[in-house]
Amino acid sequence: MEEILKVPTMAELSASDKLPEVLFWVGCAGSFDDRAKKITKAFVKILHKAKVDFGVLGTEETCTGDPAKRAGNEFLFMMQAMQNIEVLNAYEVKKIVTTCPHCFNTLANEYPELGGKYEVLHHTQFINQLLEDGRLSIEGGAFKGKKITYHDPCYLGRANGVYEAPRELIQKLDGELVEMRRCKSNALCCGAGGAQMFKEPEAGNKDINIERTEEALETKPDYIAAACPFCNTMMTDGVKNSDREGSLPVLDLAEMIIQAEDL
Amino acid sequence: MELHFGIQNILFLLAVGVAAFFFARNFSKIWRNIRLGRAINRSDRKAERWRLMAKVALGQGKMVRRKAVAGFFHIIVYAGFLLINIEVAEILIDGVLGTHRVFMPLLGPVYDAAIHFFELLAVLVLIACIIFLWRRNVQVVDRFKDLKGWAKRDGNNILYIEIVLMAALLLLGAAEANIEGNGVEGWVVSSQLAPLFAGMDQASLHIIERIAWWFHILGILAFLNYLPYSKHFHIIMAFPNVWHSKLEPAGQFSNMESVKKEVELMMDPNADPFAAPAEGDSTEPSRFGAKDVMDLHQVQLMNAYSCTECGRCTAACPANQTGKKLSPRKIMMDTRDRLEEVSAIIDAKGQFEEDGKNLLDDYISREELWACTTCNACADACPVNIDPMSIIVEMRRYLVMEESAANPSLNTMMSNVENNGAPWAYAQADRANWINE
Repeated sequence: MEEILKVPTMAELSASDKLPEVLFWVGCAGSFDDRAKKITKAFVKILHKAKVDFGVLGTEETCTGDPAKRAGNEFLFMMQAMQNIEVLNAYEVKKIVTTCPHCFNTLANEYPELGGKYEVLHHTQFINQLLEDGRLSIEGGAFKGKKITYHDPCYLGRANGVYEAPRELIQKLDGELVEMRRCKSNALCCGAGGAQMFKEPEAGNKDINIERTEEALETKPDYIAAACPFCNTMMTDGVKNSDREGSLPVLDLAEMIIQAEDL
Repeated sequence: MELHFGIQNILFLLAVGVAAFFFARNFSKIWRNIRLGRAINRSDRKAERWRLMAKVALGQGKMVRRKAVAGFFHIIVYAGFLLINIEVAEILIDGVLGTHRVFMPLLGPVYDAAIHFFELLAVLVLIACIIFLWRRNVQVVDRFKDLKGWAKRDGNNILYIEIVLMAALLLLGAAEANIEGNGVEGWVVSSQLAPLFAGMDQASLHIIERIAWWFHILGILAFLNYLPYSKHFHIIMAFPNVWHSKLEPAGQFSNMESVKKEVELMMDPNADPFAAPAEGDSTEPSRFGAKDVMDLHQVQLMNAYSCTECGRCTAACPANQTGKKLSPRKIMMDTRDRLEEVSAIIDAKGQFEEDGKNLLDDYISREELWACTTCNACADACPVNIDPMSIIVEMRRYLVMEESAANPSLNTMMSNVENNGAPWAYAQADRANWINE
């Protein structure tokens, strides 16, 4: 397959007494979903480029419990959370970065009360930190002057007020950010949240991702930027149902950065 | 200052007393109903809560954010309501003492300036109310299309009352302007209306003045007593409701303490599964999640009484806007309607007795609950920080944990999480395979 990435697990690192600066929480989509795995790998490349000392939990990671909690299954959420917290605390994790806004929200907001207190960052925030600290630099490259519309993930934007970090990255890529009619706190959901990803939608007259994709298309973009593996799937499906199929890539910001850098 | 205490003043005091009595009775009933909910601690971070209340409730901070036209006119009506009511203080004093415009000689030019301003404001309020009636009944703005029956009538009633009150206020000034020897020449608007009554004899003018005065104050007292039966109760509830807002990040759902305890016990190898609960440990809820209104917490019930059915939540809801049955406004209206039904049972029987009905199924269907994406757009859109999503999640909790009645695909997702730690059926052992692919 592709080149082999060097991704140390926490188990390996702790065996040699080397606890990393940050834990990369990959998440279920990032681990198993073919599309999301590309985002995971893109982010790993960025971590390598910036020489970030990181580790993953590997087979010791398990679902944060987010979809169970949103579906109403507090028992299952609580069991997942307590298992994860036990593992994270055993490795003395202080800082977590994740490419999934759902994992981000759960880890940052719902774990502290249960004994899991970490500094949690979404990868768009983390990449901005790397840029600020001079550990990473990006050039526009392929995205220079391109029209990029950004879809706010609910669990990053409205849920946690992170609107600017992803947009700053688009500016760093020298892209032309074109906002949709509904953006930031007014953004329309992609339709996947609240465990909707795992079920058919209720009867209606339209799928939510189609509605959202149409809004994105109104901006006549060259790219749709996403910051969540689930939004990515929903928007990709939306584009497939439009006349822009094949000519409008839906990319995670991490993927855009490595494409620009040709990593 | 001339005092004319007489039969009019006795009638006035009686009217105010009766109005205050009925309002207090209805208000305390609503407060009792709110307290039927579960307790929740929302009185932490007090400074932040006062600031939020000043900004969002008093300062109308969320009103002009997106719907600028409606927001602008709402602020006019709101300012009119707050400021013109300063005049009601004078009416109350006049009514009790039998004085006439008691502040006028005391304040002099300041008084004139204030009344000029109030009259202009009254005209703006009239215009705003007419625009609102137009938006509700002629243009029929999208978010009002679902309103039928009482909800629609209620919205219009408020506007009619407001129009009549403002008209009475202006006509009062116009009649007074024609009365000789009272020192009133009319103010900016009433002087323009004064010719309406020109040429009438003084006795008739006095009667018209009295009618307008009584109409205005009785209208206000009637309005006060209409509030507890109306969506318009928000003018009072908006304040405590915003004060009790959720201050945590919107994405943070509450962790259920009762479930936490059970899971801790389950995961603790030293726990004695047959141990009796500790003394005084009777905080266990009767059920997980919410099936009926009493299972909701008090702020959720307060939310229901604070809702003015404006529909900004529903207009922002991705499920609703793509034709699904879910409407966050309906969730709030259903919660209040059911709570009112429970309230009527308590009034009739002295305490709540099962009536075979519940918030779930009898008011809110499962289909509505499962359509929510928990995107938080509804709570974000609400001008008074109502949180419909939290009710939806609480009811999902009941469905899943008490009835095992999750949507079937979600059961598959949950058993996957339970068995292999991911929502899809991939083996836990394969979780790191991406590294080497």
